[in-house]
Amino acid sequence: MYSPLIVAEALLNGLMLGAVYALIALGLTLIYGVLHIVNFAHGALLTVAMFGVWLLAEHLGVDPYLSILIMAPAMFGLGYAAQRFVIGPASHGSDNSILLVTLGLSIIIENGLLAGFRSDTRTIDTDYAFQVVELGPLLLSFPRVVGLFVALLSALVLWAILERTDVGRAIRAVAKEKLGAALVGIEVSHVYAVTFALGCACLAVAAALLMPVFYVSPTTGRAFVLVAFTIVVLGGMGSIVGALVGGLLIGVVEAACSLFFGDSLGQIGIFVIFILVLLFRPTGLFGARQ
Amino acid sequence: MSARDLLLPLIAVLVLAGLAFSGLSGTLLNLLIFMMIISLAAQGWNILGGFGGLSSFGHAAFFGTGAYTTLILQTSLGVNAWAGLVAGVLLGAAVGAGIGFLSFRSGLKGSYFALITLAFAEVLRIASNSAPITGGAAGILLPLDYGFLNLQFDDRRWFALIAILFVGAALALTRWLERSRFGAYLIAIRENEQAAQALGVDVFRVKLGAITLSAGCTALAGVLYAQNYLFVDAHVAYGPWISIEALFAAIVGGLGTMFGPLVGAVALLGLGEITKMVSGGVPGVDLLVFGAILILTVAFVPGGLMSLRQRLTGRRRPRGETALRSEEGA
Amino acid sequence: MTKMTGQTRRTILKGGVAAAAAATLGAPTVLRAQPAAVKIGLLQPMSGFLAQAGDLASIGAQFAVDEINAAGGIKALGGAQIELLIGDSKSNAEAGAQEVEALNEAGVVAIGGGFASGISLTATQAAARHDLPFLVDSATADSITGRDLANTFRLGPNFSMATEVALQNLIKLNEAAGNPAKTVALVHEDGLFGAGLAQVMQEKLPGLGFEILETISHPTPARDMSNVVLRLRSLQPDLVIPSHYYNEFVLMARTMQQQRVRPMGVYAVFGGAASSYQFVAEYPEAAEGVFDCNHWGDPSNPTDAELKAAVEAQGKHYAYNTPINYSVVKVLAEAIEKAGAADRAAVTEQLRTAEFGSGVMPYGTTKFGEDGQNVNALPLNTQVQDGKINVIFPDQFAQSTPVFPVNG
Repeated sequence: MYSPLIVAEALLNGLMLGAVYALIALGLTLIYGVLHIVNFAHGALLTVAMFGVWLLAEHLGVDPYLSILIMAPAMFGLGYAAQRFVIGPASHGSDNSILLVTLGLSIIIENGLLAGFRSDTRTIDTDYAFQVVELGPLLLSFPRVVGLFVALLSALVLWAILERTDVGRAIRAVAKEKLGAALVGIEVSHVYAVTFALGCACLAVAAALLMPVFYVSPTTGRAFVLVAFTIVVLGGMGSIVGALVGGLLIGVVEAACSLFFGDSLGQIGIFVIFILVLLFRPTGLFGARQ
Repeated sequence: MSARDLLLPLIAVLVLAGLAFSGLSGTLLNLLIFMMIISLAAQGWNILGGFGGLSSFGHAAFFGTGAYTTLILQTSLGVNAWAGLVAGVLLGAAVGAGIGFLSFRSGLKGSYFALITLAFAEVLRIASNSAPITGGAAGILLPLDYGFLNLQFDDRRWFALIAILFVGAALALTRWLERSRFGAYLIAIRENEQAAQALGVDVFRVKLGAITLSAGCTALAGVLYAQNYLFVDAHVAYGPWISIEALFAAIVGGLGTMFGPLVGAVALLGLGEITKMVSGGVPGVDLLVFGAILILTVAFVPGGLMSLRQRLTGRRRPRGETALRSEEGA
Repeated sequence: MTKMTGQTRRTILKGGVAAAAAATLGAPTVLRAQPAAVKIGLLQPMSGFLAQAGDLASIGAQFAVDEINAAGGIKALGGAQIELLIGDSKSNAEAGAQEVEALNEAGVVAIGGGFASGISLTATQAAARHDLPFLVDSATADSITGRDLANTFRLGPNFSMATEVALQNLIKLNEAAGNPAKTVALVHEDGLFGAGLAQVMQEKLPGLGFEILETISHPTPARDMSNVVLRLRSLQPDLVIPSHYYNEFVLMARTMQQQRVRPMGVYAVFGGAASSYQFVAEYPEAAEGVFDCNHWGDPSNPTDAELKAAVEAQGKHYAYNTPINYSVVKVLAEAIEKAGAADRAAVTEQLRTAEFGSGVMPYGTTKFGEDGQNVNALPLNTQVQDGKINVIFPDQFAQSTPVFPVNG
């Protein structure tokens, strides 16, 4: 079999990629925890953010990591508008309708991008994309190391926003007790939109972390949707800690599967976990409520 | 169910058959065949999603099973196409029953049910892309060989006619569902599951029956698709495109109505062709329009196109409206 | 010459109904003062993940059409001009079959192209329904010809022909260097193309004295090659034989560079990027020294250089799709000329029996066997040397001598 060194490196790779997965899942689980909706457009919104990062790099020469400063506010605004003016009003608050509206939204986004950019895959070429960080005998990809730290930092920032700011307190209040929050004067639809926007801002950061090592095409987000859902379900719908742990775990599982079963069948591992968790432990590892 | 109930499906079949034999150009005839196939898939989706209120995002699992089954049986065992058709429908229904058994036993519904069906379809897609029995990524190609027993026709109008007859049968099945006790139970579960259970409806069995029927109908669409293009691969069979088209046609046409999926399929695909023509072939524009129509339908016409007609003729309370809003306040 | 420009003659089918609306019956009207244009269809992936290939192919095909028309069109038909109708297979097999229907409605006499094996398999069958002759360009699956489809022909070499040549040349390469390479790792995409090639290699390599350490498959599109390359790093093979499409090849080559995996040689057969000037231009370091055995134009034919210039004039990078589709159109036009009629059956009959030129491909003459395969088709071996793609085998086309082992 493989030398321990190779296995260790593969698992570390998985862990680092898992941190970015976790960031994507964080947005999804936050939205679920507060709005109690499954946002099927999450993957398509990630694609939008990735195209944004690509456009900034291609046409304005903005470094992908620096583009976080532009893309995070932009995606925040887009997310706010999408929830406030499309998803909220169109779905009349029913679970099934929200699912269908977000599905419709994802199809509009995917195909809008397809019409505008065609289906070519696009990449950003940076000097550091294929640099390595040498950790003893291990060769770690530089962008992935950056990904790990920035993802963890973003989670920390998100936590601070939720715990330490007025907006965060309002979000937590709405998540716990929607009617009560409304009674004490919190504008629920505004809080909903802010939450959705925060989830989209997480996607902007994830997109910036992915672009130096990954490509974007109009359907790129699809590959991440089910991975993100798996993480959210595994960690417990609505649980932030769960999304973090779940993300890292899924990253490692994916790396191990593809090392031992090959990349083709390795993807099945994630879906099987997803199905098993849904069937046998729908509350996930950390979720108390459903 | 009376003979009168069969009148409307019969008229639909006659109109469509007349259209098929009205001297359409080859491309239009192909479009008609494609509309019939999507309509069948949507009629299957409608049984579970419209009458049962369970939105599936993974009807590809059934469509693909039907398509693969008939082609595998024909190419490797030399079974005739009609036996392949029957086997495809049965196996598709069995996959439906299996997925239903697991999901309903765990009490999954709403978003959870949608996601798990999607995951099942994806697992099948990846597996069939590498399994030898499905030809791996190469897919399966059925050799061209005209003949009634092979369900291949030199003159495509005959194939169109067969597809239309199956659509007619599915219409009749839906009509039966509307009239039968089973259908009433299913609608009762959609409206209020607890209440239905309290009244003694065996919720698990009714749901299981609905998904089996639904899967069989969509599997038939898969069989006809494979028979029409004589080819199937993992993306065609289990790819998300068919799950989405089936869902679109059913919702836009009108959930829980007999003609909804047919009207939806014809309207959407017709509109898709027009958009492609107007936009000069820019890829994705047709689906972009579909997505927008889906959102507009959910937002403003939850009963779909069929409810528009009912609104015009003054009938009230379209069924679909309650289907979409059933979980409100739950 | 009429006043029509290349752009107006090059009509891209816009979708089923549009084609139907524009459809005219393909009845040839011979010997009129203004002979009707002869329509030839080109089926290529103009959109989807293979769009780049389709784009390059259409440049080659259009170049051939312009050249023929400028030289007086089809002489047997009173100088009839050729009109190229491009059908977009959208990079998938099913859409390919649908486009054949649209091309049929539009009244084409023959179709060329196909590019990918899956698309070619369904498209040729769809064309057979209408007795439409179909000349496949570069799709390699053996099964495309030899299915008793009377309409199906292939200009380029199939899998078996190409791997045979590739293996002979590999042995020559290794022997000339004193047989340093003994172990091999196969990396392939899990589709018809990659998996099929890996299977042939698995059967043949052990008999030729190579040990296969491992066969690694991955899906297309691949998100990440780091695990594949990690396995290579662990196995330390002398040779890596890859078969995948462009993006994956680039990703693998760059990741190998990053992970400092330096085998004696990367020897691609029908490599997605190994003989693409885009790869060479964008990642010269990763591309340097890579071998490929692939469709390739005859470097001594001046038209090949003209085609390359035409592609570069559009700001694009040259690859084999352009010369082979140029040649496809030339052969089809010659068949129509010989048939003396824009008639499908007559053209098929000519393709079946007559001999043709081979455009810019290094085949000498083109002669289709019983099964429709061009018996003279031949791939060339190339190596990236100092940022240029040079032919190294066979000797009569060689532009330079191979460098092996690359990282010696």
